[in-house]
Amino acid sequence: MLTAEKRKTILLLIPIIFVLVGYVLYPTIETFIESFKQNGIVSIQNYVDFFGPKAQANLEALWNSVYISLLSVLLSACIGIPLAFIFTRYNFPGRSFFSGIAIMPIVLPSLVGVMAFMWLYGEVGLVPLAIQDLFNLEEVPFSIGGVTGILLVHAYTMYPYFYMTVSSALNNVDPSLEESAANLGSGRFGVFWKVTFPLLTPALVAASLLVFMVSMASFSAPFLLAGGYRVLSLQIYFSKINGDLEMAATQSVILSAVSISFLLFMRWFQNRRDYRMGSKGIGAHRSEVNNPILKWIMVTIGIVAMVVLLLPHAVLAILSFVPEGAWTWQKYPSTFNLENYRLLFEDPNIWDPVRNSLIMAFVACLGCFVFGIITSYALVKRKFFGKNLLDILVMLPWALPATVVGMNLILAFNSKSIFSFGQVLVGTFWILPLAYFIRFIPLVVRSTNAVLEQMDDSIEEAAQNLGARWLYTFRRVVLPIIMPGVLSGTLLAFVQAVGEFPTSVLLYTLDNRPISIEIMNQLRMFNLGQAAAYGMIQVGLIAIVMIISYKFFGVKSENTL
Amino acid sequence: MTAVTLSNITKQFGDVTAVKELDITIKEGEFFTFLGPSGCGKTTTLRMIAGFYYPSTGKVKFNDRDMTTVSPEKRNTGMVFQNYALFPHMTVFENVAFGLKVRKVNKGEVKRRVEDVLEKVHLKPFIDRQVSQLSGGQQQRVALARALVIEPDILLLDEPLSNLDARLRDEMRNEILRLQREYGITTIYVTHDQVEALTMSDRIAVFNVGNCQQIGTPTEIYNQPVNDFVAEFIGETNLFEVKRSEGSLNLFCDALNLQVVADSSIQEEFDENKRFKMSVRPEAIAISKTRLEGDNVLVGVVDLVQFTGESVHSFIKVNNGRTTLKVTDLNRGPSTYLKEGFELYVQLPPDQVRIVPVAKE
Repeated sequence: MLTAEKRKTILLLIPIIFVLVGYVLYPTIETFIESFKQNGIVSIQNYVDFFGPKAQANLEALWNSVYISLLSVLLSACIGIPLAFIFTRYNFPGRSFFSGIAIMPIVLPSLVGVMAFMWLYGEVGLVPLAIQDLFNLEEVPFSIGGVTGILLVHAYTMYPYFYMTVSSALNNVDPSLEESAANLGSGRFGVFWKVTFPLLTPALVAASLLVFMVSMASFSAPFLLAGGYRVLSLQIYFSKINGDLEMAATQSVILSAVSISFLLFMRWFQNRRDYRMGSKGIGAHRSEVNNPILKWIMVTIGIVAMVVLLLPHAVLAILSFVPEGAWTWQKYPSTFNLENYRLLFEDPNIWDPVRNSLIMAFVACLGCFVFGIITSYALVKRKFFGKNLLDILVMLPWALPATVVGMNLILAFNSKSIFSFGQVLVGTFWILPLAYFIRFIPLVVRSTNAVLEQMDDSIEEAAQNLGARWLYTFRRVVLPIIMPGVLSGTLLAFVQAVGEFPTSVLLYTLDNRPISIEIMNQLRMFNLGQAAAYGMIQVGLIAIVMIISYKFFGVKSENTL
Repeated sequence: MTAVTLSNITKQFGDVTAVKELDITIKEGEFFTFLGPSGCGKTTTLRMIAGFYYPSTGKVKFNDRDMTTVSPEKRNTGMVFQNYALFPHMTVFENVAFGLKVRKVNKGEVKRRVEDVLEKVHLKPFIDRQVSQLSGGQQQRVALARALVIEPDILLLDEPLSNLDARLRDEMRNEILRLQREYGITTIYVTHDQVEALTMSDRIAVFNVGNCQQIGTPTEIYNQPVNDFVAEFIGETNLFEVKRSEGSLNLFCDALNLQVVADSSIQEEFDENKRFKMSVRPEAIAISKTRLEGDNVLVGVVDLVQFTGESVHSFIKVNNGRTTLKVTDLNRGPSTYLKEGFELYVQLPPDQVRIVPVAKE
């Protein structure tokens, strides 16, 4: 006989499994099947083509992707780890201000960030031009593009992963551990290598894997900067544009295989060893930098770093005031006005993409919000068979590169299916909100998991003991307690969905084209100012969300990733 | 007023048997304590009464109603959790009012009853505070008030004092007892602290590894333990194995090298598979610097003297230093303290020596 508890669990699981199977698993399987078809006949020819001599480009793209990802990990680590050490271990004037600035790259949506980098350091970038003029050089001293460009953008946008994980790991290291090592006769260097560094390894490995996965999936940077350089995420897009869906499917399967194996490796690694501190109540211990020369060197470096970090934001803000046609042959823009912003609110053609993005992101996040709460509750508070499997299924969209998520949806919903209620979804309005929904399920579920795990089971039991039924308890006790965490996760998903580019470029139609697509259009028409204005809207949205999360939910921006 | 009957209850989690064939009847208005070390099944039993677990076999009855598989929200029990489980997003008032609102009591009545119960736990001035702003002891009182305000049939307390410091624990002990007497409510109290159990309870059930070892009043449990586990778990004791030879009632203790004389001797038939121990409380042992006459007299040397304030513990080596006896005496001033290395006489009074069977594993 089923107890009441078991019945509730099953009732909760039915919608969860329906959604996950229908919109995550089924599209993935469709792609997998498609990759084994050539001209509609089952064969492994696509894989033979991929690895064989016929299409060298694919294999080359795979290696390029891996190569770029490895270098991205290295570069981000080289920036992020020292920064984390300096900010958590030393105290100098302006420390907390600079450490706040250090996470600013997160506030830049990937496409917008790449765009700003192009304007700053590209072939006719403002910085090389300025240096040329300043020193009266014959040619521009440098310009980024191709591999170096991609790497630079990756390092800029991904070092916060290292910075944040290492900072929080360092903050969790009990100072008395290091002190006791020193007390036992270990030198400074010995303390670092024998105690601090081993304690940081979980954080370092986690950050490395994260950066590796993100750069494997990176789309915007190669899209704008690669030139003739091939990477796998971009190859998928080109195959799709050329109409070779079967090859696109094959490439997707191979890219996902790499990503998923990294996800599984990460889960395994995190469960392998337990480095949790035995002690409670860890106080910060920062050494004051007393040497005045060193102190001012640090402050100077801090200011320089701040300028470099904020330059993309600044150039975006400045260029957004340059009206159309005012910066064509001139070296530097000279006219500035509010034309672009005026057009945004007055010209429906300009405003529509913003409206589309906001509506679609809202719909998707509403879905994420409801689905995230139910799923997270089931995962954290209920016992059932196959929980681990469900957990992996929930995290799958996070491990899958965005391009692959887009391909999966194309292959699953370009024909009628029960999950699309007998409709062809591709080419309709609904395919993009669906894509955003799937992309951001893991984010919302994870942030909800975090708050639910904090909530002791006895809270629910207490309500039940006082006579409240499950639904009443859920509404009046569980929901209010977890709401801050869920909302901050959902808001973050919302701003990311507004700026989402890789799935948009695969799935948009003329009627629901989102901001990111319109930015590309404006770039193509050399209307940089309007593109920058779109970018500023996104930056503004993200800033508002972070302030709301911090002020009202007490969530630190570091914790939102 | 509600009596609770647990009949033949067994609870299994997978292969592990948490509670085994338990039979307990708790009388109306009684303060009943489940006492035992951690993992002994006492909390599991409490949770079966609250309805968070259903027994694998057996029945739970409140008076004559069978509650075995009734869901927790329909049992009308008031539970105080070890970590209090206060709702962190609500004020003191809202926390206490929660159970009344669920019962759809009208607003004025809710206000009156909440104020009433907060008055009783001395928290009236804190009625509008967030619970996170309260101290541990105050949170404890809110949890108590929240459980009492719904006028439950049974009050369930799961190690409610274990998160408080020693002084506050003493205070809350009296507080809980006062409220229980005032409401006259049947109360089940789970603890691993024998002092709490002895001072508060009408009756105690002593648990070990899923079995109930003994049920009795505090004095019965302390003075007449039914086996060596109960003797050792409650209070301090000197416990030594004793042997008896076939056909005689004489008992011999190897550890003390002593023919033991005890008023409570073994009544049952000789069975070589059964083992017995003798138990003497430290405060029952008589010591003297001059030679003692009578039964169970030993010669010993003072090994260690521990001063705790109200009493003095002396560890005395007997049987040529092979065995140590613990002796406790009240603090009667410095002149009475024993000196380490002194030789003296020890007597285990026959009326204080208790022979108990060794508990089955």
